[in-house]
Amino acid sequence: MTLALSLGDLSLSRGGRRLFSGLNLCLEAGQACALTGPNGSGKTSLLRAVAGLCEVDSGRIEFGGSDPGTARASGLHLLGHLDGLKASRTAGEELDFWTRWQGGQPEAMKAAVRRLDLLRLLDLEVRRLSAGQRRRLALARLLSAPRPLWLLDEPLSPLDAHWRGQVLDIMAGHLGGGGLILAAVHDPLPVATVALEIAP
Amino acid sequence: MNPGLGLLRREIAIAWGRGGGLMVTGGFFAGATLLLPLASGPEPERLAQIAPGAAWTVLALSALLGLERLFERDYEDGALDLMAHAGLPLEFTCALKCLGHWLATGAPLAVLAPLAAIALGASPALAPLLFACALAGGLAFAFTGGIGAALSLGTRRGGLLTAVIVLPLFVPPVIFGGGALYAFDSGLPWRAGFSLLGAYAAAAVALGPLAMAAACRNALS
Repeated sequence: MTLALSLGDLSLSRGGRRLFSGLNLCLEAGQACALTGPNGSGKTSLLRAVAGLCEVDSGRIEFGGSDPGTARASGLHLLGHLDGLKASRTAGEELDFWTRWQGGQPEAMKAAVRRLDLLRLLDLEVRRLSAGQRRRLALARLLSAPRPLWLLDEPLSPLDAHWRGQVLDIMAGHLGGGGLILAAVHDPLPVATVALEIAP
Repeated sequence: MNPGLGLLRREIAIAWGRGGGLMVTGGFFAGATLLLPLASGPEPERLAQIAPGAAWTVLALSALLGLERLFERDYEDGALDLMAHAGLPLEFTCALKCLGHWLATGAPLAVLAPLAAIALGASPALAPLLFACALAGGLAFAFTGGIGAALSLGTRRGGLLTAVIVLPLFVPPVIFGGGALYAFDSGLPWRAGFSLLGAYAAAAVALGPLAMAAACRNALS
């Protein structure tokens, strides 16, 4: 599946307050966009709107000619602050469930476990994992079910220096394979090719 | 294993995990039926008369337990976001979650209900009908209860709101099932009440997921 992402003249409000208006972005295969802006400027809301989870006031969100419903259901990954991992289940059970849910293959899941060094953690309950380990588990979902567009909300924040580097490598690899990344970040991404700042 | 089966297994595992599931609902059910004869006096005749109705009512109340967490835990930890944008249609997801809730708590309660009624003094001949009523009624309670759980997403003290929304929806199945049990016990025709209970359960299974999915989308946006 090949995708492109274009946002045209997008306006978004939350709770009766206008977050931004007139936002434009065009992202082609292999490009990443670093989304910056102060706290509360609407970065997370923009990612959720692209994923189809909240309505926009006006403007358009297009996926390069693909049907928006199909593109959202099988063409994008959303990785937010909330990772959807159940504290009472083991890391292995959760990764297995989400991989199947997102239509991934067991071989890809095994490769993701190796890439993110999760093998030792799979038997642990999610509640026993540190914030960084949980984030790595959530990132393993993206590799287990390959999809072109990654929507990442602060993907690096809980990770240590070693894993920041590793995850940046993974992101570069995804872009090299024709993927797209829209990431809300505070520090500029070394891999970013397009910068978009939300100004209130 | 396809994603739907995976979700069903996950729902049951979560409902049963950490002493939840049957321990809570079954414990509540057993406790309430145990306290009833202590409160209503020891005459076996009177107890035998109200036994089927009492078991049926307590069953409906037990079905309320654990309902408020049905969607809330997935809403709080972000799993509902991922379920809403990818995988199965949200209506189907909601139906599977309710089915998992029913399998984890409603179906075991359906086994307990005839036992409790007989222990209270009801005729053992009533047991098959009470079991069938509890199975069908449990489905109706799970799928109408899911509507309340989804509508109260994102509110504080959602459990109270869920109960307020759900109790009116519990009234028809309680009347139909109770009517069938009473009619059977008195030797009257009982099939009408049971058929109506089945029809209500079927309608809840068919229409409930549409309402739940709409309520979830609303809570997420």
